[in-house]
Amino acid sequence: MSKTTRASLFLFASIVMLNTGVAVAAGDTARGETIATQGNGAGALACVTCHGPDGKGNSAAGFPDIAGLNAGYFGKQLHDYANGARKNPIMQPFASALSESDIQAVAAYYQSLASPVSPVLQQTPDPDNQGEWLAMRGDWDNDIPACNQCHGPNGMGVGDSFPALSGQHASYLKAQLIAWRTGSRDNDPNQLMKGIAERLSEQQISAITEYYATLPEQLSVQAKAKESR
Amino acid sequence: MNLWKSSLSVVASSVSVLAVSTLVNAAEPKVDYQKELPAAPEGQVSFEPPQERDIPDNQYGDMVRQGRDLFVNTQQLRGENVFNGQNCVNCHLDAGRLASSAPMWAAFGMYPAYRGKNDKVNTLSERIQGCFTYSMNGIPPESGDGTLVAMETYFHWLSTGAPINQALPGRGYVKLEKPEGGYDRERGGKLYTAQCAVCHGDDGNGQQVAGQVVFPPLWGDGAYNWGAGMHRVNTAAGFIKANMPLGKPNSLSDQDAWDLAAFVNSHERPQDPRRRNQDSLDSTAKTFHNHDGFYGKELNGKRMGDHDNYGENPGATSK
Repeated sequence: MSKTTRASLFLFASIVMLNTGVAVAAGDTARGETIATQGNGAGALACVTCHGPDGKGNSAAGFPDIAGLNAGYFGKQLHDYANGARKNPIMQPFASALSESDIQAVAAYYQSLASPVSPVLQQTPDPDNQGEWLAMRGDWDNDIPACNQCHGPNGMGVGDSFPALSGQHASYLKAQLIAWRTGSRDNDPNQLMKGIAERLSEQQISAITEYYATLPEQLSVQAKAKESR
Repeated sequence: MNLWKSSLSVVASSVSVLAVSTLVNAAEPKVDYQKELPAAPEGQVSFEPPQERDIPDNQYGDMVRQGRDLFVNTQQLRGENVFNGQNCVNCHLDAGRLASSAPMWAAFGMYPAYRGKNDKVNTLSERIQGCFTYSMNGIPPESGDGTLVAMETYFHWLSTGAPINQALPGRGYVKLEKPEGGYDRERGGKLYTAQCAVCHGDDGNGQQVAGQVVFPPLWGDGAYNWGAGMHRVNTAAGFIKANMPLGKPNSLSDQDAWDLAAFVNSHERPQDPRRRNQDSLDSTAKTFHNHDGFYGKELNGKRMGDHDNYGENPGATSK
């Protein structure tokens, strides 16, 4: 076999490998689980210390639910913590202690966990339920699109850039909206969140964060009601 | 039956156009297929549609709600009347309520109206059927069909208190002066990558989740076809300027909006359904496409619209 043939075969093989990697999630899930439960032995503490054994976080402490989070979004946040694009004194040292392959592994592991996202039911929002209305219809008098227009039906998340909101702790969601508004968080693509957070009233922030935090329960109640009918 | 009749009349009118152009030869075409909506009147948008909590609780109200639900989730008609990945609400934001996003309350009172697009006075039903044919790359519901009744009832309710036969500020999309230096697809492509691809994808396919379209496709089989108003560069520029990116209205310069519109609309999309009744791409382009668009134009050595790909649409006869 000539050198060039071998080289091109190798290239072909690595492209195939890359493609497969992207389709699933680039990281090694088993290695990710080890880091999540035991740390990486190089300065990153076990994720479960704060985010809990199932990745569900802690509402009172404002630690987010990271179970089922999209791996691309997850990886970007860790990179941003490490390089300071997203500022957080707790996460910064841990993220900095993770290697590139560690980040991919942890991201793949958490994506593989049960996500808080519930099955999609077609429902019509109630104009008198402020949170539900904001999520599904927005507040166009103030140039606020419906949250679900980017975060997907029931805020289940879309791709690498629009994380799931459904089931996320209200305390965490609220802290992020305020961080965008004050400018202490600014790692959103094209500042898409910044303007929206600035235009949301305090009252709307409370309503929308409560809505998403309790959405999985609301949906399961709806689903049961539908079954028993 | 009506569908058959309307396709007959399309055939008839295209035949007469051909006849006219053969007879008169080099003279101006008699039918102006290119006539566009006039600019919305200047001035503050003052009309406010009623609030949804005030939809009456009776049969009329039920029909209003049904129309609204079809408007925001038009994909429930996929495979029946809709043959691409679009919902009405993609181009008519806030369920058809938002000014400068072609709101329904500004359209309702303007019909019946003469439309150059098919050279006749169109009722509101026919106008909506046009949306199905082109923007939804679909097969329109027949006149009197429950779908059209529901949509018209919703528009009627949205227009509560609006004047009849009087153009209102906020109608249609904003009209942007064409930049002196024209527009540039390549510049638009760079902007697209920076500003639009995060939602609509590098391939223009949009994004779906759990089988639902979240970000609509902008070109390719899932997009509006070559006959839709949005394929015109000026129309898309007006929409983009006032509405894109979502949550950042009017953040792009006029030049940016034109460049982006040119980039998006210089991609292939399902064939113009009027091509079925035309002899050639040339005649279709000459009859229906004397405007700011890329249909029939040569780009990178290939003519746009030179194909018989009608997307998922099986054709009116196979309904």
